[in-house]
Amino acid sequence: MGSKTILFEKHNEAGARIIDFGGWDMPLHYGSQKQEHQAVRQNAGVFDVSHMTIIDLSGEYVRAFLQYLVANDVAKLQDFGKALYSVMLNADGGVIDDLIIYFISDNNYRLVVNAATRDKDLAWIKNQAKSFNVIVNERDELAMIAVQGPNARQLAVDSIAVEHRDAVLALRPFYSLKAGNMFIARTGYTGEDGWELCMPAAEALEVWDQLISRGVAPCGLGARDTLRLEAAMNLYGADMDESVSPLESGLNWTISWEPIERDFIGRAALEKLRNSPDRRRFVGLLLQDKGVLRNHQKVVVQGIGEGEITSGGFSPSIGRSIALARLPAGDYDRATVEIRGKLLKVRIVKTPFVRNGKIKIDIEG
Amino acid sequence: MNEIPRDLFYTKEHEWLRCEDGGIVTIGITDHAQAALGDLVYVELPEIGQDIDEAGEMAVVESVKAASDVYSPISGRVLTVNEELADVPEKINSDPYGDGWIVRMKPMNNIDESRLMSPDSYQQFINDLED
Repeated sequence: MGSKTILFEKHNEAGARIIDFGGWDMPLHYGSQKQEHQAVRQNAGVFDVSHMTIIDLSGEYVRAFLQYLVANDVAKLQDFGKALYSVMLNADGGVIDDLIIYFISDNNYRLVVNAATRDKDLAWIKNQAKSFNVIVNERDELAMIAVQGPNARQLAVDSIAVEHRDAVLALRPFYSLKAGNMFIARTGYTGEDGWELCMPAAEALEVWDQLISRGVAPCGLGARDTLRLEAAMNLYGADMDESVSPLESGLNWTISWEPIERDFIGRAALEKLRNSPDRRRFVGLLLQDKGVLRNHQKVVVQGIGEGEITSGGFSPSIGRSIALARLPAGDYDRATVEIRGKLLKVRIVKTPFVRNGKIKIDIEG
Repeated sequence: MNEIPRDLFYTKEHEWLRCEDGGIVTIGITDHAQAALGDLVYVELPEIGQDIDEAGEMAVVESVKAASDVYSPISGRVLTVNEELADVPEKINSDPYGDGWIVRMKPMNNIDESRLMSPDSYQQFINDLED
């Protein structure tokens, strides 16, 4: 028996297949993962993401602390409410976790980190926070619901207190605000528009029911995974972990090298790898044949070497199998993947595969 | 609840087997199996004419979630395969005992019913799994 979110009974009532995810009993799907996936791409879906860890940081030196703790630079956060995606590295430049940082006010920031990494993240953050006099406050009394899809905001807005609706609808992508008891961010993990809503757990029950009654599809972790894979958003523990560098995980864009004086944890290790000719590539793959790419399958690049699929699956939007993979350095755009003893052809494609309901890769070719 | 037709035999690997006229058997996976796998997206079928031993790998069914081997409940030769599954693997989800059949085989020997499960035994087997 794992931990249960406040919405666990709602999932059961809706006929969810429950799986263990990082110690939590969570819905995998409510009947058809593919239909849930398409609901998010075409209309709207709702995910219980209350298992994720919300951590509030406060203190006079909290900004300086975050500039040391994570590889992206919170100096980019100039407006209250703005969000920033980053990785948190160990001294060797390996990824402890990825997270979103919300700039609440001068001395207050909110972090959302992964569920499966909760314990080690909290221990790490608390340990690093000591010398900055930063208070680390886990908000496990809050529930979190993600409502995602082209019609998500329109279908969810009535669940927000009337006096805040205009402001919430005016939120730009990657911004957040506090609306009464709710914290609302225009962020997500699907490649579609939408919001993530944090609120006191008891209030989440009603919001969930309201969304379902308005035709928003309940979606499980299965659809969440295929949606994020199509959007080429990394999954911690699959695409990156403490043994690999963000520079070999497609996360170069999240590293803030300037100003060079900023000494964040892991910086020295990253600098060493930064200009190395052996630095492995992190790419998107499209399977040319029928079949399904899966995590850990071996990728063979003729005459160059071997790599591995870090996350693979079937793309409901494309109707073919896609993957993210870590491959040897080199200039090539074809490879093969070993599936049950056979080598199947894959093409390296520029990610994302799908964004805002549209296929972004060239399927022919 | 998962459907378990009365006229079939079953295995612990969640395959079903139907004895047809002319000593031919049709094999597929059960309703319980398809529900556990989730939406199917790919089926790898055996070659026609291929000989497969009892408990040997007969096919691979891949869902959005995972790849699973399908084992042959009997020793025999593959007569036909359900080619439609190549394009519409989800037939296994929608009609596991009908349009979602996987192969037809000519058994090598007489079917030894004692090595297969009756509908009642299979129901009990699933109940035990879910407890």
